[in-house]
Amino acid sequence: MDLRIVGPLATAVERAAVDGVLGPPESGWHGGVRDARLEGHVAYGGYAARERRHLLLPALHAVNDRVGWISQGALGYICQRLTVPPADAYGVASFYALFSLTPRPPVVAQVCDDVACLVQGAEAVCAELERTLGPAGTPTAAGRATWQRSPCLGLCERAPAAMVRVAGEEPRETVLAPADAAAVADELATRGGPTGDRAPSAPPIPQAGDPSLRLLRRAGRVDPESLDEYRAHGGYEALRRSLEIGPEAVIREVIDSKLLGRGGAAFPAGRKWEAVAHAAARPHELVCNADESEPGTFKDRLLMEADPFAVVEAMTIAGIATGCERGFLYIRGEYPLALERLERAIAQARSHGFLGDDVMGHGVRFEIEIRRGAGAYICGEETALFNSIEGRRGEPRNKPPFPTQAGLFGRPTVVNNVETLVNVLDIVREGAAAYVAIGTAGSTGTKLFAVSGQVERPGLYEVPFGTPLRSLLDLAGGVAGGRQLGAILLGGAAGTFVTEAQLDTPLAFETLRAVGATLGSGVVLVFDESADLAAVVARIARFFRDESCGQCVPCRVGTVRQEEALARYVRARGDGPGGEVRMEIEAELIGEIGRVMRDASICGLGQTASNAVESAIAAGLLETPA
Amino acid sequence: MSAEPIWFRLPPPPTEVPRAPERPAPRAVELTIDGASVAVPEGATLLEACRSIGIDTPTLCYLENLTPVNVCRVCVVEVEGLRTLVPACSRTVEPGMVVQTDSERVRHSRRMVLEFLASSVDVSTAPDLRRYAERYGAEPGRYGPTAATVAQPVKVDNELYVRDYAKCILCYRCVEACGTDAQNTFAIAVAGRGFEARISTEFAVPLPDSACVYCGNCIGVCPTGALMFRSEHEMRAAGTWDEARQARTDTICPYCGVGCTLTLHVQDGEIVKVTSPLDHEVTAGHLCIKGRFGWAFVGKRGE
Ligand SMILES: Cc1cc2nc3c(=O)[nH]c(=O)nc-3n(C[C@H](O)[C@H](O)[C@H](O)COP(=O)(O)O)c2cc1C
Ligand code: SF4
Ligand code: SF4
Ligand code: FES
Ligand code: FES
Repeated sequence: MDLRIVGPLATAVERAAVDGVLGPPESGWHGGVRDARLEGHVAYGGYAARERRHLLLPALHAVNDRVGWISQGALGYICQRLTVPPADAYGVASFYALFSLTPRPPVVAQVCDDVACLVQGAEAVCAELERTLGPAGTPTAAGRATWQRSPCLGLCERAPAAMVRVAGEEPRETVLAPADAAAVADELATRGGPTGDRAPSAPPIPQAGDPSLRLLRRAGRVDPESLDEYRAHGGYEALRRSLEIGPEAVIREVIDSKLLGRGGAAFPAGRKWEAVAHAAARPHELVCNADESEPGTFKDRLLMEADPFAVVEAMTIAGIATGCERGFLYIRGEYPLALERLERAIAQARSHGFLGDDVMGHGVRFEIEIRRGAGAYICGEETALFNSIEGRRGEPRNKPPFPTQAGLFGRPTVVNNVETLVNVLDIVREGAAAYVAIGTAGSTGTKLFAVSGQVERPGLYEVPFGTPLRSLLDLAGGVAGGRQLGAILLGGAAGTFVTEAQLDTPLAFETLRAVGATLGSGVVLVFDESADLAAVVARIARFFRDESCGQCVPCRVGTVRQEEALARYVRARGDGPGGEVRMEIEAELIGEIGRVMRDASICGLGQTASNAVESAIAAGLLETPA
Repeated sequence: MSAEPIWFRLPPPPTEVPRAPERPAPRAVELTIDGASVAVPEGATLLEACRSIGIDTPTLCYLENLTPVNVCRVCVVEVEGLRTLVPACSRTVEPGMVVQTDSERVRHSRRMVLEFLASSVDVSTAPDLRRYAERYGAEPGRYGPTAATVAQPVKVDNELYVRDYAKCILCYRCVEACGTDAQNTFAIAVAGRGFEARISTEFAVPLPDSACVYCGNCIGVCPTGALMFRSEHEMRAAGTWDEARQARTDTICPYCGVGCTLTLHVQDGEIVKVTSPLDHEVTAGHLCIKGRFGWAFVGKRGE
């Protein structure tokens, strides 16, 4: 490929950051020192270069983490190293919200103004920041810092949340939750302290220690950084058993367990595994989807933070059963603690023979590579995730072909959610028969629910499928302050609103489908009767507009038109009979927009982008101002 | 005469050229489209199947000489048993499929897609899109005067062509033509995300600073006039562009030995733009800078 790289050169600091990921350049051809003997006699590109394209995202992260933004020179250097055309790489870098392609201060506070934080005062925090520091994006602290609004940070149980990211030699991220404007401003002024959690860590797993817990058995009780502790509490029993019984038997157990995917689509995990295990094309790929960016969701984060070895062990079982020699763990870019703990867990597992060329002495090979997302909800969609790992724009692919046929790098791929995989541990350890005894006939096992919003004890809960929504709400202490329930957003931004009347619906895939609701990824966002649901729904509409990848027309333009129509609908309220007519017109238009997005969008984002808006209108939740 | 030097020996007489082995004809797949049964070769798309029986399916991002990206969704059809509609341009036929191309559901989606585009993009130079919009009864005006659009100033940064992204429907055709489908230059890509996504060079640098080689293949595939010959752009601005007065003449490019067919668009004795037939076996519609733009000399006879 004939690259044309013009413009400024990368600084020494930028080059060092890139070389830290890619190693030193091998020749003048890709940005190193020119060797007069070789000049004109070496070429680089073709397969060798394309093989390394998956390092584009890590290289972009390296520069962004080091300098705070990605300059034209830095991008050009990355392109030269990887033989990627600059326009192409610019298209990739500009896809992600965490990257800046214009100068930006090294310290950035991301202040969440998404739904759970919205009802806990996020707008007040933002307003105060605007007053004291200036509008979002204004440089402060002598040009060293700035603040931005952010979609859900996955810290909803401690809303309102903020996170301060510091670029530099030792990039760090600090969580502030619950956050107030003074704390954010203070953090910006002191340019961020050490990595860590500024808030007193209220236990986000209220049930911790309850003997009925399965997925959360170890959470909060076992040191997440100790392999020995993990093993002392049942760790690696499942991998041992799976190596004893062999891949076919493991897949049999997973099929018989009727385990359904927990990432939102509820697809039978065993069927996926079987298809990939039997696919003739080699090699096979495994991906653990830890991108979790649905507003209101934080279950995978807590699972990874509290029990990282379980995720590593489960991936190992899945990989070996389906004939993969490596697995990618794609983790959301804003999960510093989970990332740190997983990295540590992987390193420990490797040094103790639980990963590597000879897993547990059974002569099988399995490795795990971590990839960090960079601020794009759409990259949780499995095929967008593949493109993201491959160093392309995170645009979903058309299906078919399905991932089991042609997924990551065009190879047969198993992709599962973190929670789905962790379920496999008990399935293998105890057998499918014991597993199906829990839950309902159609939805076996237990489910994690991320409960937040105006609820007494927000946090992560684990209950068997079939538990009525009301019981879950009671478990969480009911509506905050004993107030009346307004509505519950079930399933996250892509889910639907349910009200008091549906509280007795059992939480299971089949029962919810029957009432036109969805479990999604297990979000339960509670609003009391005084909550401004119009503001909540408007925020959801904005979320989809911001997060659409922009590839297909129904979603790229539809999400914008939906947001506009919703705003007109809300404005027409209380405007007498004329207003009512206008509300009806807009509601009808929203229905038409929703229909084309559902019918003709490429992926699940567009297909579900109108769920919450339409369900709120249908339930009459927006008719009168709060 | 054994002393005959070897380089004087005549080449051996021609033998029969070996023929390619016969390939089995692709199997036929039978399906039903709008109640009629259709048989097409395995691997054909639903679009090809529709066209084989004369059903006119609208397309915007699809073009015969490019890989389908299926992003505009104007070609969607309804297949019995599937939850969503499917893009006809890229979905391959399967035996027994039952397809509706003009159901209420299909018409609704097509109308909305066309409304979305016509309400956010300047479609004044996109004749196909306007024709489809009329056919499906699109009413772009109903999103009101404040509906967000992609309006932005036209980019005029070189002598040969202009880029008016206020007219861009983001069909990805130009990116494909600049990339692996034709030119392999990769000067442009989609940048940004969602409604803010745009076709762009790196850091939006002007074309002369980019990798662009001015083959103009992006102009050749652009369905909306967002990419336009500078000559056409200027004539339109001056109000002198008049396709009714233009003759199209096919000729062979005079520059190199490849022998691409050029279609000269001539108005009032002046070449105003050059294209190449999409179905041409050499060019597949694509040219290089010389054939595409190198015709100024023709009008300069005697100067
Ligand atoms: C817009 C969108 C976002 C998604 N985000 C996630 C995510 O963050 N995590 C996840 O596990 N699955 C997500 N999914 C679902 C994945 O596409 C995929 O179904 C899932 O990872 C498969 O794993 P499972 O079968 O174990 O659920 C998302 C889907 C869509 C359409
Ligand atoms: S539905 Fe939205 S997110 Fe999905 S491919 Fe289309 S534009 Fe992208
Ligand atoms: S410039 Fe033209 S060809 Fe390129 S994406 Fe836009 S409309 Fe399509
Ligand atoms: S962290 Fe703010 S909504 Fe989730
Ligand atoms: S023509 Fe089929 S999606 Fe655009």
